[in-house]
Amino acid sequence: MEYFFELFLGGLIRGSIYALIALGYTMVYGIIGLINFAHGEIYMIGAFTALIIANVLTLHGFGQISVLILASIAAIIYSAAYGLTIEQMAYKPLRRAPRLSPLISAIGMSIFLQNYVLLAQTSDFLPFPCLIPDFEFLAPVAHIIDSSALAILVTTSIIMVLLTVLIKFTRIGKAMRATAQDRTMALLVGINVNRIISATFVTGSALAAIGGVLIASHVGQINFYIGFIAGIKAFTAAVLGGIGSIPGAVLGSLILGCTESFATGYISSDYEDVFAFTLLVLILIFRPSGILGRKEDQKV
Amino acid sequence: MKNFINKLLLTTIICMVAVFVSVETGFASETVKLGVAGAHSGDLASYGIPSVRAAELVVKEINSKGGVLGREVQLLVEDDVCKPEVATNTATRLISQGVHVVLGHICSGATKSALGIYNDSKIVTMSPSATNPGLTQSGRYPYFFRTIASDDAQARLETNFALDVLKLKKIAVIHDKGDYGKGIAEFAKKFLEESGRAEVVLYEGVTPGAMDYSAIVQKIKRFKAEAVIYGGYHPEAAKIIKQMRKKRMKTIFISDDGVKDDTFIKVAGKNAEGVYATGPKDVSANPMAVAANEAHKKEYGTEPGAFFLNAYSAALALLNAVEKAGKTDYNAVSHALRTEYVDTPLGKIRFDERGDTIGIGFSMYQVRNGVYVELK
Repeated sequence: MEYFFELFLGGLIRGSIYALIALGYTMVYGIIGLINFAHGEIYMIGAFTALIIANVLTLHGFGQISVLILASIAAIIYSAAYGLTIEQMAYKPLRRAPRLSPLISAIGMSIFLQNYVLLAQTSDFLPFPCLIPDFEFLAPVAHIIDSSALAILVTTSIIMVLLTVLIKFTRIGKAMRATAQDRTMALLVGINVNRIISATFVTGSALAAIGGVLIASHVGQINFYIGFIAGIKAFTAAVLGGIGSIPGAVLGSLILGCTESFATGYISSDYEDVFAFTLLVLILIFRPSGILGRKEDQKV
Repeated sequence: MKNFINKLLLTTIICMVAVFVSVETGFASETVKLGVAGAHSGDLASYGIPSVRAAELVVKEINSKGGVLGREVQLLVEDDVCKPEVATNTATRLISQGVHVVLGHICSGATKSALGIYNDSKIVTMSPSATNPGLTQSGRYPYFFRTIASDDAQARLETNFALDVLKLKKIAVIHDKGDYGKGIAEFAKKFLEESGRAEVVLYEGVTPGAMDYSAIVQKIKRFKAEAVIYGGYHPEAAKIIKQMRKKRMKTIFISDDGVKDDTFIKVAGKNAEGVYATGPKDVSANPMAVAANEAHKKEYGTEPGAFFLNAYSAALALLNAVEKAGKTDYNAVSHALRTEYVDTPLGKIRFDERGDTIGIGFSMYQVRNGVYVELK
């Protein structure tokens, strides 16, 4: 039984890691119906920014907590700026183009950013310092959960609540929902659609940056390619939960994480991905728009 | 029809060989012919050229000392571009020139295809670089030797170390599903099971690049493995070891050449302490290796390339065996290779029944205070 709970907890942590990235995918998709393949790269850039800032600050003798906060803020600002720039350069000019064009543009952006970091930084794996301090109250259960895993769990929950509040109860959230429902109509009632879309990209990128800092600190190593692998899994999770739905992205991620964890724990890690994607196929057969996804109405 | 052509081809080759063998015996007293075959052009030339240079240096030195059996050594260099289909022609050309012993080939695939022809003509062949285990272990090529350890040697060293030095009873074998990692892991599992002294409690592959290995780590803990033998490269090894140490597991970690890399220590940090990894034996201190490298620099003006020392040792071993055997007869030469030790840049070596080298190969290293230290 203890083994079961340990696997379950491991699955939740893994799921929360996916969720931190999946939220960005699902937000952008919800608003403009675009799968932002460059999102994984934003996550990777966030992690790299945090690494550089953290190394500089540590060199200047800052404490662990202040390094964590300052590095996270720097990563959020930098990633948000990248998100905004990508949106302005790669997606905005294609707003009226067929749906496939921005998709190709997104893939291009992803490849460009990977190689840009490869050239500007290095192709080697770099050690990422553990920015999350060791919590003392965790010492008795350290063999089950460590501080960085706990930080990921807590942050994912907080972010999900905050995002829901933002979308349900704020002015900008209302504008986002209106844009998602009908862009032309939103424009007609006086919503600055372009600004709303930009705001969505900035929020999504900031989330990716937080994910980058937390996950890299948990895993302990980064290179230019981490965004691609993380992006694929997070995207799968978002589709599983119903792309466009925020609780769906979190639920999908947790289900994916737990499936992988149990498949490894009880069957074999050789088939980890096989089980994850079998689950995806099964769910999509019975619920084509994902677990919590709303059925898209056919526009006449 | 195809069969007919094959037979025709074979007959032609046999006839040609027969003719040249008879011609060769007529002039046998002149020189001892050392063939060098391998990739000397094409994109893998950087693997083959060092062996030609090594042979040139060895032959020059031996000839200056009066040659072998009182006869001068002559080099016959033939290119196979590392292609199996070319390698058979290369072998045939060497045989038709009356070669006595062959240094080559370089790539495992090319070596394998050429070996059939050398075997039929009973020519002793020695590769400095073909690591495919089957070349020696299949038993099909009794006249084949090599001065490089085969891929399973690392697995052998890992399992022997776990069983004899660490005296472990329960071992988990994990790999990264790749050719290299899985290959080594398969051998490690086989050797452990054959020994009967330890139990393989877990044999599984992990997905390379995954963000989290907590489930497999949990499983290692559940099966109470005392050690993990990991086949693969350093990024995944660093993640697994980090998660094990985070869970306060003291499980011993033993891995291979793919982990014996300074990047591993850099990335895994303090978690790397105590990790065992196999790697090629450090021969940089061997005076013969220093001398061979110096000779190369003096003659060609550059640092020697890949497998240079292996090829140098192979050339020395072959010519030494001819000298010791007193004749170029294949049985006498291969007997000498198996029984007589010879001093080479790789150390004092001889060959076992299968043709693998005794006295070279891999050493076990351990991370101590942030550096890999060779364990004696």
